[in-house]
Amino acid sequence: MDLTYSHTEKAFRAEVRAWMEANVPSAPLPSFDASREGFEAHRAWERKLAEGRWGMVTWPQAYGGRALNLIQWLIFEEEYWRAGAPLRVNQNGIFLLGPTLMEYGTEEQKTRFLSRMASGDEIWAQAWSEPQAGSDLAAVRATGRREGDDYVLDGHKIWSSRAVFADWAFGLFRTDPASGRHKGLSLIFFPLDAAGVRVQPIPQIDGETGFAEIFLDDVRVPAFNRLGEDGQGWSICMATAGFERGLMLRSPARFQMAAKRLVDLYRAHEPECAPETRAAVLQSFMDAEAYALSIHATASRLIAGGHIGAEASTNKIFWSELDIQLHRTALSILGARAELMRSAPAAGDVGRWLDGYFFSLAGPIYAGSNEIQKNIIAERMLGLPR
Amino acid sequence: MDFRFTEEQTMTAEAVKGLLADLCQPADLRRLMQVGAARDDRRWTALTGMGLAGALVPEEMGGLGLGAVDFVLVAEACGYAGLPEPLVENAGISLPLLAALAADRRAATLLDRALAGDVTVATAHPANLFVAEADNAGALLVVRDDGVSLLEAGSVGLVRQDSVDPFRRLFTLAAMPAAAPVAGASDARAAVDLAFDRGALFTAAQLLGIAQRAVDLAVAYAKERQQFGKPIGSYQAVKHMLSTVQVRIEFARPVVHAAAAQLANADAFSRARISHARLAAGEAADLACRTAVQVHGAMGYSWEVDVHFFLKRALALASWWGDARFHRERVAARVFDRPLGADQTFASEAAHD
Ligand SMILES: Cc1cc2nc3c(=O)[nH]c(=O)nc-3n(C[C@H](O)[C@H](O)[C@H](O)COP(=O)(O)OP(=O)(O)OC[C@H]3O[C@@H](n4cnc5c(N)ncnc54)[C@H](O)[C@@H]3O)c2cc1C
Repeated sequence: MDLTYSHTEKAFRAEVRAWMEANVPSAPLPSFDASREGFEAHRAWERKLAEGRWGMVTWPQAYGGRALNLIQWLIFEEEYWRAGAPLRVNQNGIFLLGPTLMEYGTEEQKTRFLSRMASGDEIWAQAWSEPQAGSDLAAVRATGRREGDDYVLDGHKIWSSRAVFADWAFGLFRTDPASGRHKGLSLIFFPLDAAGVRVQPIPQIDGETGFAEIFLDDVRVPAFNRLGEDGQGWSICMATAGFERGLMLRSPARFQMAAKRLVDLYRAHEPECAPETRAAVLQSFMDAEAYALSIHATASRLIAGGHIGAEASTNKIFWSELDIQLHRTALSILGARAELMRSAPAAGDVGRWLDGYFFSLAGPIYAGSNEIQKNIIAERMLGLPR
Repeated sequence: MDFRFTEEQTMTAEAVKGLLADLCQPADLRRLMQVGAARDDRRWTALTGMGLAGALVPEEMGGLGLGAVDFVLVAEACGYAGLPEPLVENAGISLPLLAALAADRRAATLLDRALAGDVTVATAHPANLFVAEADNAGALLVVRDDGVSLLEAGSVGLVRQDSVDPFRRLFTLAAMPAAAPVAGASDARAAVDLAFDRGALFTAAQLLGIAQRAVDLAVAYAKERQQFGKPIGSYQAVKHMLSTVQVRIEFARPVVHAAAAQLANADAFSRARISHARLAAGEAADLACRTAVQVHGAMGYSWEVDVHFFLKRALALASWWGDARFHRERVAARVFDRPLGADQTFASEAAHD
């Protein structure tokens, strides 16, 4: 066990830091959920990252990456969050679909999709959930009917993040009409501007548009757009979800930087704070650290050839609960000002905490609800009967 | 950066686990309790036979020259087994402290005897209200304001303080005989501080082991016990209780392991990490043991089921080598007086120079 950085790792950190200092926009970009303008500003940032070959440092060079290992990815993320760089508008693509494509895609598919994903030219949404298929994802009803070299897609997807402005979606469709549950599903890509696709924005808890319904009516796509074999969709989705929950979706740096801001907030209000607030601040720091340490342990294991296992589920529960506690603590420090909107003259930095608090409440729901994760831990990790 | 144990480290831990699985089952604990003995000679001989006493003593003094990372998994295994014998206190804390003071001839002689397995050494440290295993120890290392003294067995009156944990033998010292310290306060300072950190770290590791044991006992029972025609472990309420505990354990473990890897840094960062490890493992053990009682129903409230051994050990260790409040303040010292941020996870004072 060696918990110090090598010269190469230190040099890499310095390189990332220098680039971020020179390139991160000085003012925050407008939200990518609220307007096309904000979305495109984030796309421009993705392009800039790609020009510096910073889009996905773990990817092979052929797809715009640097072929670096997961520890270096963590260093990159630490510097990224430290610099206060914009949120990744293409996270569904680069963090979820990308790694899955690399594992299951054909060479032609990788060539077609990965570079444009890394460059931000094509921004992706995930179209799995349906009104009747939430936690019970195997209940999907949307269909993909095979016609010659094409699939014809029909159905109703929902809660698709960033689908309002995104270019492409990867969806789960029933391609074997005689099948049920986990069998006969396929993962198929479709352009969100294809004929027969209608995207209906859904306002979120804070009033902003963050996700959307997608109605598909005889949408024709080439069979080339299917990832993996026909009927292999479920196992591919579970691999994607494992990566999502387990590692990429929430890098620890996000919470460590939030914990740092929380400590600053506490200091600014210390005289008004109750002793339990101090304890809660320390707990947030410790939890963010524990998460970081755990991810470093996982990364080391994966580098040595291990596979992501049940930690996908334990991680997801831990970071989502930590995020809520951290933001609740911030709101308790803000006291009476916690309810203020960003626009209120007395708000100061409050709006940011409130946004973060609302979003933290979604953490235990998306990427597989925490109750479902607890079932998985109990059955697969502890071996309790179904 | 590599957050993995070496094969050798895992193999040593596996060997200890295997030995304890053979010789330290709850039935063995109950037998020991019935005869009222402090130690199981067969088990203790087997453990000392592995050469573990000198694990943390430098090679040139006859030890194995290992570090905290090498020993942390062993301490975890001792917690998991509920080991009554003082392997952790003797090999993990007292003997490396003694080795650090071996410039003194009395200390050096005692160290040789302890490495040979003839005696164990107990440490009386101001962080602990009591001295564990003082009656069976060949000598006591007593940390006081004026330095560290060495008291031979029998030279000091001991008052037994009964612990709820039947396997903890706690004592207070009746009267301290006047004894010249083997090291003065300033000379011994670094060694004493390190002994405290080892105490806190290895206590955390034991708590982690206890937590996992409590979950494992509860899982085994939940698979067996049927109600309403099904194993209780198939009910979601039971599953979720146990998953919740397992999550706590998963996020205490890497903190304990990182704390071991950084212990030797002996700075504000490493101390905060040790304290964090203590807090996280303590909370995991507390929740795990209470949950295990609940999952067992009335059985869990009985003397017959083994859960209470672990519950009591967790309770006892909760304030051993520093209580929660003390450890939270060490975390606070790092949080409020040292740089924070995503790039500071593996910070050390050496790296900051
Ligand atoms: C902010 C946000 C973004 C999202 N983005 C996307 C996206 O981009 N693409 C996409 O496809 N989906 C997305 N989702 C949808 C998300 O995947 C689903 O919300 C999630 O799978 C849960 O499904 P549901 O909302 O239908 O809740 P339900 O499944 O109806 O669950 C409701 C409640 O019941 C509990 N429950 C359900 N079944 C069980 C069970 N068996 N045992 C115990 N408890 C149970 C759940 O835990 C939950 O508390 C997003 C959701 C949110 C909140």
